[in-house]
Amino acid sequence: MKFARIILANLLRKKVRLLLTIGSFAVALFLFAFLAVVNDAFQRGADVAGADRLVIINRTSIINPLPLSYRDKILRIPGVKVITHNNWFGAVYKDEKNFFPQFVIDPENQRQVIPELLVPDDQWNAFVKDRQGAIVGARTAERFGWKIGDRVPLMVTIWGTGNWEFNIDGIYHGKRPQDDETQFWLQWDYFQEHVSAGIKGQVGWYVLRLDSPDDAVRVSKAIDAEFANSPFETKTETESAFLANWVKQFGNIKFLIITIGTIVFLTLLLVTGNTMAISVRERTPEFAVFKAIGYSDRAVLFFVLAESLIIALIGGILGLLSSVVAVPVLAKGLNGLLPALVLSPSTLVLGLILAILVGLISGMLPGLTAMHMRVVTALRRV
Amino acid sequence: MVKVDGSGSQSSLIQARDLDKTYRRGGEEIDVLQGLNLDVEAGEFVAFMGPSGSGKSTLLNLLGGLDVPTRGRITVAGDEITHMSSGRLTEWRARHVGFIFQMYNLIPVLTAFQNVELPLLLTKLSKAERRSHVETALGVVGLSDRMNHYPRQLSGGQEQRVTIARAIVSDPTFLLCDEPTGDLDRKSADDVMTIIEELVGRHHKTVLMVTHDPVVAARASSILHLDKGVLVEGKHTTPLTGAGGVA
Repeated sequence: MKFARIILANLLRKKVRLLLTIGSFAVALFLFAFLAVVNDAFQRGADVAGADRLVIINRTSIINPLPLSYRDKILRIPGVKVITHNNWFGAVYKDEKNFFPQFVIDPENQRQVIPELLVPDDQWNAFVKDRQGAIVGARTAERFGWKIGDRVPLMVTIWGTGNWEFNIDGIYHGKRPQDDETQFWLQWDYFQEHVSAGIKGQVGWYVLRLDSPDDAVRVSKAIDAEFANSPFETKTETESAFLANWVKQFGNIKFLIITIGTIVFLTLLLVTGNTMAISVRERTPEFAVFKAIGYSDRAVLFFVLAESLIIALIGGILGLLSSVVAVPVLAKGLNGLLPALVLSPSTLVLGLILAILVGLISGMLPGLTAMHMRVVTALRRV
Repeated sequence: MVKVDGSGSQSSLIQARDLDKTYRRGGEEIDVLQGLNLDVEAGEFVAFMGPSGSGKSTLLNLLGGLDVPTRGRITVAGDEITHMSSGRLTEWRARHVGFIFQMYNLIPVLTAFQNVELPLLLTKLSKAERRSHVETALGVVGLSDRMNHYPRQLSGGQEQRVTIARAIVSDPTFLLCDEPTGDLDRKSADDVMTIIEELVGRHHKTVLMVTHDPVVAARASSILHLDKGVLVEGKHTTPLTGAGGVA
């Protein structure tokens, strides 16, 4: 590449400006990766949701319970394969900052309904036999240094006061990287023993698996019709719809993130476009010389685009590499407040494509100006 | 012998016929060149003089293919350049014209060697061949020991000599010099003119030069005066002779 030396020499002409422009790209791409990771975390519902799973909650609100007696009635509806139920436990470990999601589960069908969260058989059997047993996600176990056999006190905040003690009988792992490994499961029977009489026999929500995902609409309607006009009317929806609605409680995260991301890239485009325009304007007589001694218009455009592209690539790669380092640190710092923050390869590729696009667009206008300048006019500007 | 009356032979290296150049400025048309004729033989050294705005640089730009005439035609070594496309004209310039500007116009971030090498990057020469050509050209202008210096590390006279080396490195058909000594002190100007004379005398280059300086113009073999867009013949001096080639 015999022109590389010319391009490199021009790039290094104003080192401070070069560093600042590369820095703009790096910061923008870091921000892009970070926003994409947060967006992924909020939108992950659709990824982790089983296509054949329905969630049934109280029509009034998810904080209103449903009777346990609904389980058998729901099971009788054609198309329902297996059902389980959960309650939100909402305790903390030692301190309020040690938050993580805890669910009361029905051990009987939990693994059939949610098969992607894997518990070894021996650990599961130990849990089923132990009323004070608990299964904990790998990330939470790692966070608190828990291991199988540990006895763990959790301070309840909703279902009374004081500590409830649990034996860690097992640790689950997700089949896929996006699976949530922060949950803590405790036994339905143990929960029933400790809650007040008014709450006994009430579940937070049901989760069921269908014989076929094609039955989702029909079965949802059948369930809600079954309990219409009862004191506990139901709202049945697919798991992905349920999780999407859950995220909406925080506001339109996706719109917010896309808006911020768009503004960041437009600003980057203006900043780098202006920098390239200044750089080209300063070198107008030099481009005129290139043309005078036989360099074609396209060669001049190539020089300008190559410069802006190299700046974009270096800045983009630096920003994305920074995010590769920073996201795990950030995820750790969030203490499970968000689902797992995962920087996917597709995010990195998209970031690099965006950097290249911004580089090309920001270099295009000044490049075309240099390409079309008249040599005679430009030489007079010496 | 240079001619301005259109009576030159078909074998002239450079032939301009009925050349008009009109600029439009603020709705007003300004005739810079009017029916200009010129014939220059190979190996001639022609100086153009005239008051500011007389069209000297415009003529040089037209002959160098940097601008196009409003009317008329220019033929160089048998190629009529007046109707060439922009792309072909660019290629033609690379092969046939060496430019020497008043303000040197070197690329400040490239060394003398790299500046001189620029025209050769457009050729198919190997790296070793390019190096050999650049070293020869810098040798001709007496700057073999300044190859790795940047323009800011050179004096004005040395910068202009690098420009000359860049102009001759690809062995063009002719050289166009626009006030080559206009920004130099007398000693440096004399050095530069000596090199240009050697290019004509020893290396048989054809040189067309615009200058305001009668002392500099006197070193050319012919002086032409440009007045109100028309060329007028001046003096003829003894042609320079010599042998050899550049690069």
